[in-house]
Amino acid sequence: MAESLKDKVAIIGMGCTPFGELWDKDVDDLIVDAVFEALQDAGLGLKDIQAVWAGTANSGVNAASVSAPLQLQYIPVTRVENACATGIEVIRNAAHSLAAKVYDVVLAVGFEKLKDLGYPGLHPGKLSDKFHPIYPAGGTGPGRYALAATRYFQRYGLTPEEGKKTLAKISVKSHYSGARNPKAHLRRELGLDDVLRAPMIAWPLGLQDCCGVTDGASAVVLCRTEDVKHFAPHHQDDYITIKGIGVSAGPGWGKNKEEYDFTHWPETEHAARQAYQMAGIRNPRKELDMAEIHDCFSIAELIAMESLGFCPKGRAKEEIIDTGAFVAPPFREMVMRKWGATEEEIKAAPAPEEILVVNHSGGLKSFGHPVGASGGREVYEIYKQIQGKAQEASRQLKEIRLGLAHNQGGHPGRFQCAVIVVGVPPERLP
Amino acid sequence: MSAGIVSYGAYVPIYRLNRAEIARVWGSSPAKGEKAVANSDEDSLTMGVEAGRDCLKGVDPHTVDGLYFASTTAPYREKRSSSIIAAALDLRRDIVTADLGNSLGAGSNALKMALDAVNAGSARKVLVVAADCRLPPPNSAFEPMFGDGAAALLIGTEHVMATLEDRVTLSSNFLDIWRRDRGDTYIRAWEDRFIVDKGYTAHLQEAVNGLLKRWQVKPADITKAAFYAPDPRSHANMGRVLGLDKNQVQEPLFDLLGNTGTPFFMMILVAALEKAKSGDRLLAASYGDGADAWLFRVTECVERVKDRRGMERHLASKMMLPSYGTYLRFRDLMPWEATPLPPPESSANVFYREERALLRGYGHRCNACGHLQFPPQRVCMWCQEKDRFEAVRIVDKRGKLFTFSLDERAVFALDLPNVLVIVDLEEGGRIYGQATDRDPKSLKVGMEMELTFRKFHEGSGFHNYSWKCRPVRC
Repeated sequence: MAESLKDKVAIIGMGCTPFGELWDKDVDDLIVDAVFEALQDAGLGLKDIQAVWAGTANSGVNAASVSAPLQLQYIPVTRVENACATGIEVIRNAAHSLAAKVYDVVLAVGFEKLKDLGYPGLHPGKLSDKFHPIYPAGGTGPGRYALAATRYFQRYGLTPEEGKKTLAKISVKSHYSGARNPKAHLRRELGLDDVLRAPMIAWPLGLQDCCGVTDGASAVVLCRTEDVKHFAPHHQDDYITIKGIGVSAGPGWGKNKEEYDFTHWPETEHAARQAYQMAGIRNPRKELDMAEIHDCFSIAELIAMESLGFCPKGRAKEEIIDTGAFVAPPFREMVMRKWGATEEEIKAAPAPEEILVVNHSGGLKSFGHPVGASGGREVYEIYKQIQGKAQEASRQLKEIRLGLAHNQGGHPGRFQCAVIVVGVPPERLP
Repeated sequence: MSAGIVSYGAYVPIYRLNRAEIARVWGSSPAKGEKAVANSDEDSLTMGVEAGRDCLKGVDPHTVDGLYFASTTAPYREKRSSSIIAAALDLRRDIVTADLGNSLGAGSNALKMALDAVNAGSARKVLVVAADCRLPPPNSAFEPMFGDGAAALLIGTEHVMATLEDRVTLSSNFLDIWRRDRGDTYIRAWEDRFIVDKGYTAHLQEAVNGLLKRWQVKPADITKAAFYAPDPRSHANMGRVLGLDKNQVQEPLFDLLGNTGTPFFMMILVAALEKAKSGDRLLAASYGDGADAWLFRVTECVERVKDRRGMERHLASKMMLPSYGTYLRFRDLMPWEATPLPPPESSANVFYREERALLRGYGHRCNACGHLQFPPQRVCMWCQEKDRFEAVRIVDKRGKLFTFSLDERAVFALDLPNVLVIVDLEEGGRIYGQATDRDPKSLKVGMEMELTFRKFHEGSGFHNYSWKCRPVRC
């Protein structure tokens, strides 16, 4: 019979390159930098790794794309690709091999080199549907996510101005946090007008509703929880465990089935349900301390918060965004002032159980989105926050014990989604 | 019963370019009126499909035994356009398809051949489609004059609305306008006074007068005369030469449409048929490498042909091109900024396997649960039943705009923003596609949409045609 993965697999080392337009680094550099940081953190060497899962949407060909730069000596390497959900998918596959007791120490690495392509957006020719000359024609990431924004505004009665402003608040919040994160890509604070007046990309999404197009890599070293004392004794007091994982591939109905309304992400709902069930989470808003969610576009973060169950559908604006409940408490007032919030709104601080810090890293929006690396990067943020090792004191959150990372690939109506919940192991819970 | 016109249809692209804008760009003296300009995703073939659909409204396409396509601007030099049009119109496969070209007389050639085939009994119904999208040399006398459009006539023996009484045909090697196989992007022409006097006027007059004499018809017996002319002045002069009163001459639409080339005489004839009454006698005349004159008698079946967009409704439905620059984009007349992105790719195999969906416009209705879905797939998206479908043509159905986005950065789109749409069809089925012929500012969730046959791109060096959405045209 199948068993839950909860707390069976531990993360004992993590690495993440600075994200950005890394003109001086090639994809091999990114892999080497992320993996060696993770190995150093784990206190292990390459020779200790027994198997590798390598995730990239399009910056690699096969296992050799990782075995060659790392000079791996004939161990199993598997290339994993699940579009923008790749990063969590490599961790899941690595964790499963440990739960199956096939290996003792494994590595999951995600990477993407987008900025060698000479094109400022996401290269459409390199990240396409199954080859078809007609059906995907004209489809771009922003164009497809904007379909959801138009529909969301329509369904919940937001005027274009109200809708745009709600989305803009998300970007302002993400940049405020990201500006304080040393490894983030776009580290400039934004005001509300910076977002609202940015050049239009795909109505209603402007430039500042879109995430960075970024180079980067992230890496995770994992072992069974029972073996942490053996492989990473120095992490005995601050390793984290996997609490739950969910992965969901949608049937692609939204593109062709009238039932789908484009204002929720069913794949995210299914992946979250699986992960919450494994982790034993009943009220994510209350139980989670932080969430790193897939905000390739501002509308993606808004709808994901609802589909992850942080609030009822259609309520993210009133219950999470406008109250600032998703902003780290120390940043909340400043962020709300940037929105132009009234003193009353600022004073009406959400209750502690209503606060769920979302995308404190800066999110894909500000930290950047090297496709295959983003899932690992999200987990990296939670891992460092739990360990109290946020790279800059002002952004260290207090009492973080349980965090969620969310990755989704594809586009509204045709997603693949991965959700992972990580946190402190049971013996360290108060 | 002998062959005649059973049905008619026409197509005028939605965009118009004001002639004053052309004059402004070149500093020339402005000509009056406007001309019809094909959208960036239109060509003679797609316009021909639209005219054909208009003509076949209410006609079972499987009863058509042949399709002749006439154009001087067929999108392929080698590769038949009529076979693609026939697929888009969902005609049978065991029919005759033929392309006629190389002359503005190709339209009347197609009409003659269709009448002959039906009269000979080798076909019951033949669809004649003529379309042109001729590229005038920029800053030439042709530029303000040339317009784009298409017309279609269904020839048959049942329910004939216009019986052919007689015709006269002249073939001539007269050199007036031409384009060589290699080296000529634009048409070339000999001196206009010579080609109008000795070419157009002389040939058309000879054909028409020959016809009237042979049939012993006086000019006064003509209800309406629908005839080609290269320009308004030559047209007015021809009316006088033939001894016709102004009210006998069908308005040639130069100010609203322009000279559309091969389909021009047919478009004027369609405009005449739209207003025709039983018993009317129509004269039609075309020109190009000779001339043809036709005498039609309108029958009571004219009342059967209704709901055509034809000329009148198409002309009334329009959007002005904002500038000559947009026209340059639409006709792809300049080398544009390079992009590092690879051009779109395609596959002839895909079009071979998926002709029924991509060209013929069929979706699937699940026989287990009854849901209509597009594009067709093996497993039903509603009940997961496998391979229990019947094919249903969806492209004549309307739908409602469910949501849309306006993509300003679609690299290969000649007409930004690229409009992505979700359209839910009235009888079920959802289209995830692109919208064309739209004003981005007036798109509204819930508005009524329809499908139109367009060129998507030229991936792998061929024309990739399929169906797009547009707000209901008119």
